[in-house]
Amino acid sequence: MTRDTIVPKLLDLAARKFDRPRDGLSAEQDLFDALGIDSVDAMTLLTALETEFKVEIPDYEVQDVRTFIALAEAIERRL
Amino acid sequence: MLAAETYSSLGALLSDALVQWKRETALIEIDRKKVKRELTYRECMPEVARVASFLSKTLPTHTNREDAHLSPSAPRVAVLLGNQSRWLLAACAIFRVGATLVPIDYKLSAQEQLELIAHAKADLLITELPLARRFAAPPSCPILLVDGEDSKANVHTWDALPDAEMPPLVERAREDVATIVYSSGTSGRAKGCLLTHGAYLAQLDALMAIFPMRPGHRTFSILPTNHAIDFMVGFIGPFASGATVVHQRTLRPEFLISTLEEHAITHMAVVPVLLEAFERAIDERLAKRPAWQQKAFNFLTTVNQALTRDAVRPELSRKLLPGVHDAFGGKLELIFAGGAFVDRERAERFHAMGLPVVIGYGLTECCTVATVNDLRPFRANSVGAPVKGVELRIVHPSQDGVGEVWVRGETLMRGYLDEPGLTEAAFTPDGWLRTGDLGKLDASRHLQLVGRSKNMIVSPGGKNIYPEDVEGTFAGIEDVSELAVFATGYIWPARESLVGEGLFAIVRGDIERAQLVKELELRNRKLPEHKRIASFLETAEEFPRTASMKLKREVLAAWLREHVRPTELVRLRVAEKAEGALSL
Repeated sequence: MTRDTIVPKLLDLAARKFDRPRDGLSAEQDLFDALGIDSVDAMTLLTALETEFKVEIPDYEVQDVRTFIALAEAIERRL
Repeated sequence: MLAAETYSSLGALLSDALVQWKRETALIEIDRKKVKRELTYRECMPEVARVASFLSKTLPTHTNREDAHLSPSAPRVAVLLGNQSRWLLAACAIFRVGATLVPIDYKLSAQEQLELIAHAKADLLITELPLARRFAAPPSCPILLVDGEDSKANVHTWDALPDAEMPPLVERAREDVATIVYSSGTSGRAKGCLLTHGAYLAQLDALMAIFPMRPGHRTFSILPTNHAIDFMVGFIGPFASGATVVHQRTLRPEFLISTLEEHAITHMAVVPVLLEAFERAIDERLAKRPAWQQKAFNFLTTVNQALTRDAVRPELSRKLLPGVHDAFGGKLELIFAGGAFVDRERAERFHAMGLPVVIGYGLTECCTVATVNDLRPFRANSVGAPVKGVELRIVHPSQDGVGEVWVRGETLMRGYLDEPGLTEAAFTPDGWLRTGDLGKLDASRHLQLVGRSKNMIVSPGGKNIYPEDVEGTFAGIEDVSELAVFATGYIWPARESLVGEGLFAIVRGDIERAQLVKELELRNRKLPEHKRIASFLETAEEFPRTASMKLKREVLAAWLREHVRPTELVRLRVAEKAEGALSL
């Protein structure tokens, strides 16, 4: 699986989890802005992603992440 | 509890702690739900000995710095680590060999971290692989990695250090510098506060008298340990008392909660944004209960509030409200809130549920805290009374008693590293630190903070924000001729507290209101949440400027105070929450 296949799944899951329209989300967006979430919400998103992609992502790997695409890259590195 | 007043250095105190509490558990480190490391105080000794021995062989014996008088010839060791047991073991070793500790915030960018390490002229860096990997070019000093392997020259690994005898204690005097702690300054100008052994020992003495710890207590270290509150509540305090420090390698809420539940946490220090997350978790659980249970919960909360008004009674609160206490592990006694201002209603609600939130007030410049609320009784509207060893006065008070807060005492820093000008400006000739915060003392001499005499705000996550730093983002809007950003609390000190501080822009131009709102909101989105402006004000007045066209900020601020009411500000749409990247 590559980031190109990860991104749509990631956006689906984020839209579902935070009840946002899927159409409004895209890879390059700032995920905090697009979802209207805070850092604590983002941590719960991370856990949901780990379950979805069956990976374990340490906190330090996402410390500087702000966009969906960067998050997808962090997942890709762990697959 | 070791008697802090009998010691002259942290090195001596921590060395005695390892002997005194030998059978007690010192450290528990957890990754998600797995316990990775568990050490008694006795078991800490060989680890500390190995690192201390390595330091004494690796560090220069003499340094020729101009500021050497601050701590005679003491070498400096920077620690850049996430919260983990080896942070504290490294610090024990550093103090054992009489070196100065330079704690670096692991949440800063790699570039900022390198700048601080260079600014401190660190002789050695102790860090971990995930953080070291972020450096474009590593610092020139030797590096000790606490994990992994690295074959590069000048890089050593903790696990490869040979077993060694504990090197002899290098004693320091109380007035010697123990740590250089960086406080966030405007425009990236780093300010390293030189904090002495005496400052920490005096704070330890004062805080443990109010909130004693003992063997069996378990502190959950969540705030970065470079943070003044966690350094005391999550390290020095528990070690001096034989209590246990628990670290969790992830900060995800579900693992914070599982750690609270499974490891019987009694104390923890948090930033207000985390307190808010805990409150949300409680409300979500409560919302799933039937209406009668919700009513019963609210009733019992009121009963508990009445019975604990004058003093905390953890056993009673646990019996009355077992549901909420069990969610926090059932043993939690105190939550220390620091770094930013705590919402008064939230603090009151936690206290009503029998989960007392200790609110204090401090700056990096004065060690841990200058004032603290002793919970006897709980006062949500105040940041507490000055702690032992700290003098506090309100300078040039207005008619309603509000003036600048000044503090003095052994807990104050010696100055800013390599910044004699800034140091001189921070202190009065007779040793008072000008905090730049505005406050008043109530009838019982408890401090209420109401504003700032500095143009800045503190975000809910504890970051200092200077309006000048964000002005650039709003430059170049078409048809706007002038724009400046101010902190609301600086222009209009509040009557009650500093909760909900915000930034606003004053704008002069020939632009439609709707267009201006659109432009400001567009630019706001480029900034992290905590740096966004919350509102704006239009004016036809030209901004006061110097001959070289530099903005006379103070004159404009005075004009705003005189001519504008805060109710005249036009609010922008700003998401209510969020701070920075994926970290708390």
